[in-house]
Amino acid sequence: MDILNAIVALLNFVIIPATAYGAQLALGALGVTLIYGILRFSNFAHGDTMAFGTAITILATWGLQAAGVSLGPLPTALLALPVGMAATALLVLATDRAVYRFYRVKKAAPIILVMASVGVMFVMNGLTRLLIGVDEERFADGARFVIDVRSFREMTGLQEGLALRTTQLLTVVIAFVVVWALFWFLNRTKSGKAMRAYSDNEDLALLSGIDPERVVRMTWIIAASLATIAGVLYGLDKSFKAFNYFQILLPIFAAAIVGGLGSPLGAIAGGFVVAYSEVAITYPWLKIAGYLFPGWQPDGLLQLLGTEYKFAVSFVILIVVLLFKPTGLFRGKSV
Amino acid sequence: MSDADSTFGNRGNRDASVVNPHGRGTIDGSRKSGPTGPGKAGDPFLIGENMSGGYGRGPDILHDCTIAVEKGEIAVIVGPNGAGKSTAMKAIFGMLDLRKGSVRLDGRDITALNPQDRVKAGMGFVPQVNNIFPSMTVEENLEMGAFIRSDDIRETMEQVFELFPAVAEKRRQAAGELSGGQRQQVAVGRALMTRPDVLMLDEPTAGVSPIVMDELFDRIIAIARGGMPVLMVEQNAQQAMNIADKAYVLVQGANAHTGTGQELMANDEVRRTFLGG
Amino acid sequence: MSTNRQAAATSPWRAPILFAVLALLFILEGTVRNSMFSGSWNTSLAILNMGLISAITALGVNMQWGYAGLFNVGVVGFLALGGLAPVLVALPPVEGAWAAGGPRLLIALAVGLGTLALAVQAWKRLSGGRGLAVMVIVIAGFVLYRWLFDPAVDAIEANNSARYGNIGGLGLPVLLSWAVGGVFAAAAAWAVGKVALGLRSDYLAIATLGIGEIIVAVMKNEDWLARGVKNVSSIPRPTPYEIDLQQNPEFVEFAASWGFGAAEASGIWVKIGYMSLFLVVLLSIILLAELALKSPWGRMMRAIRDNEVAAEAMGKDVTARHLQIFVLGSAVIGMAGAMMITQDGLMAPTGYNPLRYTFLIWVMVIVGGSGNNWGAVLGAVLIWFLWIKAEVWGPALIGLLTSPLPDGGLKEHLLDSSAHMRFIAMGLVLLLVLRFAPRGLVPEN
Repeated sequence: MDILNAIVALLNFVIIPATAYGAQLALGALGVTLIYGILRFSNFAHGDTMAFGTAITILATWGLQAAGVSLGPLPTALLALPVGMAATALLVLATDRAVYRFYRVKKAAPIILVMASVGVMFVMNGLTRLLIGVDEERFADGARFVIDVRSFREMTGLQEGLALRTTQLLTVVIAFVVVWALFWFLNRTKSGKAMRAYSDNEDLALLSGIDPERVVRMTWIIAASLATIAGVLYGLDKSFKAFNYFQILLPIFAAAIVGGLGSPLGAIAGGFVVAYSEVAITYPWLKIAGYLFPGWQPDGLLQLLGTEYKFAVSFVILIVVLLFKPTGLFRGKSV
Repeated sequence: MSDADSTFGNRGNRDASVVNPHGRGTIDGSRKSGPTGPGKAGDPFLIGENMSGGYGRGPDILHDCTIAVEKGEIAVIVGPNGAGKSTAMKAIFGMLDLRKGSVRLDGRDITALNPQDRVKAGMGFVPQVNNIFPSMTVEENLEMGAFIRSDDIRETMEQVFELFPAVAEKRRQAAGELSGGQRQQVAVGRALMTRPDVLMLDEPTAGVSPIVMDELFDRIIAIARGGMPVLMVEQNAQQAMNIADKAYVLVQGANAHTGTGQELMANDEVRRTFLGG
Repeated sequence: MSTNRQAAATSPWRAPILFAVLALLFILEGTVRNSMFSGSWNTSLAILNMGLISAITALGVNMQWGYAGLFNVGVVGFLALGGLAPVLVALPPVEGAWAAGGPRLLIALAVGLGTLALAVQAWKRLSGGRGLAVMVIVIAGFVLYRWLFDPAVDAIEANNSARYGNIGGLGLPVLLSWAVGGVFAAAAAWAVGKVALGLRSDYLAIATLGIGEIIVAVMKNEDWLARGVKNVSSIPRPTPYEIDLQQNPEFVEFAASWGFGAAEASGIWVKIGYMSLFLVVLLSIILLAELALKSPWGRMMRAIRDNEVAAEAMGKDVTARHLQIFVLGSAVIGMAGAMMITQDGLMAPTGYNPLRYTFLIWVMVIVGGSGNNWGAVLGAVLIWFLWIKAEVWGPALIGLLTSPLPDGGLKEHLLDSSAHMRFIAMGLVLLLVLRFAPRGLVPEN
C-alpha cells in the first residue's frame, strides 16, 4: 500500500505537472528551433510572440464568453485559439516583411537578425502591454478537474490523492497532436521537405526551384502557431502574465539547445528533460520518502533546491549537456 | 559582404547559441529574371558566347570567353588554377553579372534568366561543394532535385538508382553520412531528377580517390551516351581530355585552345603547359 | 550602400555636435517648464546621473561587444551582483549576525566551491570511472554543503528578522564597494566565461542569459545576503544628506545667493556631488579603455575580432583573449551596479528587470555605435533620457492623437496604456538604427 501511495504521490506532484510543463516547453522550443534552423538566428522575441498570441486569444475568449459561447467542460479559449494563431501569424509575417526580409535579401550576418529580434521583442512587448496590460489574467473556464483528489481517494481507497486538471490533460493531448502533425508535415509533405532542404543548404534549395520566401513564410506561420499554442496552454495551466512569458525564454532556449538547436526531435526531448529535471529537483521529496521508508525521519524537506531556483536547473542542465555533448542530445545544426 | 556585415564585422558570429551559419546561402534569390529571346540560326545546343564579366562590381574575370556543347557530347573546360574555369561555368548558369555576351540554350536566348529559372529552362547544375542536402535521405535529396516537377518522378528516380547502384542501396540513409564519392553520385543524381536538357558539372571529381574518379567518369560517359549533353569543369586535364568530345583550355579568363580532346592532347603547347609534358 | 552614405557623412564634428544637442536637452529639462520638460534641475540631474551609470554599463558591454564581439545578454545579473557590494561592504555590521552563523556560512561556501574544484580536477586527472567519481564528489559535496549551509542561514535569518536577518556589512567606506562590485561581477564572469567560451564554438549568449536570471533569483531569495525582497535601505552615501544641508545656515545662505530655496538647492547639490563622482569614474574608464585599445593588446583584440580564424592561425589564443575581455567588461558593469545602488541608497532586487537592465543597455550600445566608447556614452545618456521622457511624452502624444476621437472606452484604454508606448518606441529606435545607420550615431573609426 505504501508503495502505491508513493507512486500516486510521485504521479501527482512530479510526473503529471512535469509532463504538462514539458509539453509546453517542447512546443515553445520547437518554434525556436525551427527559426534557428531555417532563418538561422535565435529569436529573442519568441517569448513575446507567445505572450502576444496568448493575449489575443484571451481577448477573443472574453468576447466569446460575453456572447455566451462555451465549450462545456473544455475551456472556451480552445475556440478562441485559431483567432490568436491567425493574428500572431499575421503579426510575425508583417514583422518579417518590415524587418527581417531586408537583411535576408542582403545576406547580412545572422547576428544582425538577433539584434533586430531584440528590437522586435521590445515592440511586441509593448503591443502586448497595450492590448492587455501587465496584470495577471486567469482565463481558464469549464471543468477544472478530470480527476480530483477526493474522488480519486474514494475510488481507490488510497491515502494519497491524485488530481488531474483538465488543462494538464489538454496540454498533453494537444501537444501530442500538434507535434505529430508537424512531423508529418516536415517528413511527408513536399512543402515540409522543402523547409528541411532550405535549412540544410539554402543555395541548393534555391537551385532546386524551392522558393526561399515561401519557405520563410511557412516557417513564420508555423512558429507563430506553435508559439500561440504553447503560450495559451501555459496560460491555461498557470495564468497569463506578460513578464512570465519573457522569463520562460530561458527554459525554452535551454530545451532547444539541450536537444540540439535546429533539430525538432531534439526540441521535444529537450523540453521534457528540462521540465522533468526542474520539477524533480525543486520538489520536496519528504512525503514520498515517508511512504517508502516509514522509519526514517529526516529533518529537512528533502528538497534539492527551492522552487525559486528552477531557472538554475535549466541552466545547469544546459551547461552539463554542452560540456559533454556540444551539439546537444540530438545532433543539431550548431557547431 | 553586405553593408551590415562590414558594420558588425565578425562580431557574435561564433556564438552558436544565437547564430546558425550552417547552410547559409550566398546566391541572391531575389533577382528577377528578364525575358528570353530567340536564339541564332546554326547555334550549338548550349552556347555561352563572348562572355565578359565578374562577380558583383568586382573586376572582370572572363574576357570574351566562348563555351559550347552539342547534343550527345561531353565538353570539358580545363586550364591552370585561377583561369576562370568555374567562373565560366557559373556565367553560363547565370551566377555572374555578364557585361557582354550571351547564353543561348536550345534555340532560346536565356542571358537574362536567373539561375532558378535556368534550371526550369533545362539546365542541370552540380556545384563543386555543398551540392547535397546532408541531413536528408538519399531519396529525399533526389525528390528535392525534382521539386519543380509536378508529374510522377518515380521512373526518373529508378533511372538514377540504376545509374548509381551504390547509392540505391542507401536510399534511406542521410546523404551526409555517405562517402565522398557516393555523395558526388547523389549530387549528380539530384541534378538529373529534373530530366535536364544539359548537365553541368563543376569539378565533380575534386577530392575523391582515383578509383572513385574513374567510376564517376564512367557514369558521366554513360549519361552522355544516353543523349544528354554534358559540360564539365575538370582539374584533372589528362583524364578529362580522354573522355571529351570537345575541350576548352582557358587561360586568364579567355579561350586559349579549343578542339576535340584528341586534338588538344596532340598539341605540343597544350601538352607542355597543362599536361606536364 | 547606407554605410557609404554614412561614412561620407561622418565628420570630426559629428560627436561634439551630438553631445551639444544632448547637453541642450538636459538644459531645457532643467530650465523650461512646459508639457514636454519639467523645468526642474533636480529632475534633469537625476536623469543625467542615472544616464551616466547607464553609460558606464554601456561601456562595459561595448568592451565585450565592440572590442571582441561577445554577445552578453546577462547584463542585469552582473549589474545586480555589483549592487551587492555596497550592501556587504558599506553597511554597518549587524549585531549578532556573524556570531549566529558567519563562520559556518563561510565554511559552507568554501565547501561548495571546493566541491566544484575537486570535481573538475577529478574529471581532468582520472581516466577510468571518472564519471562515477565526479558524481560521488558532487553528491557528497552537495550534502555536506547543505548540512553546513542551512542551519547557518536559518540562524542568521532568525537574528532580529524584523529589522535585519541578514549577514550585514563591514562598515567600510562606500566608495570602496564600487571596486568590490567590479570584483564580484568579474569573478562571476570568469566562471561563466570559462565554461561557455571554452567549448568548440561558444555558447556565451545562452550562458549569460542563464547566469543573469540566476543571480537575480539569488538576490531575491537569499535573505541572509541582502534581505531578499525585503530590501535593504539606508546604505551609506559618499555625499552629504539633504537634511543636513538644509540645516546648515551657510548652505542656505549660499543657495539663496543663487536664487534657490534650501530644499531644492540641497537636492541639486547632492546630485552634483554624485555627478562629479560618476564623471570621474566614467572618464577614467574611457581613458583606460582608449589607451588599452591603442596598445599592442588592443590591436590584437581588434585583429581577433575582425578575423578570428586568421588570428587563431597566427597562434593567438582567441579563447583566452575573449575570456579576458569578458571579465574586464563585466567588471565595469559590476562597478556600475554598485554605483547605482549607492546612488539609490536602496537595494531592491525585484527591480532588476532584464528588459530594462539588459536589453535597453543593448539598445544604447547599438544606437551609440558599436565599438566606439564615446558613442556608447552618447547612446546611453540619450536613450536613458528618451526612456524617462517617453513616460511623459507618450501620454501627451497619445492625447494629441486621440483628441479627435469621441470620449469612450477605446480612448480611455489608449490613454491608460500610453505609458507602455516607450517599449514600442525603444524597439522602433533600435530597428531604425539597425536599418538605416547600423554603425550607430558615432561610428567606430
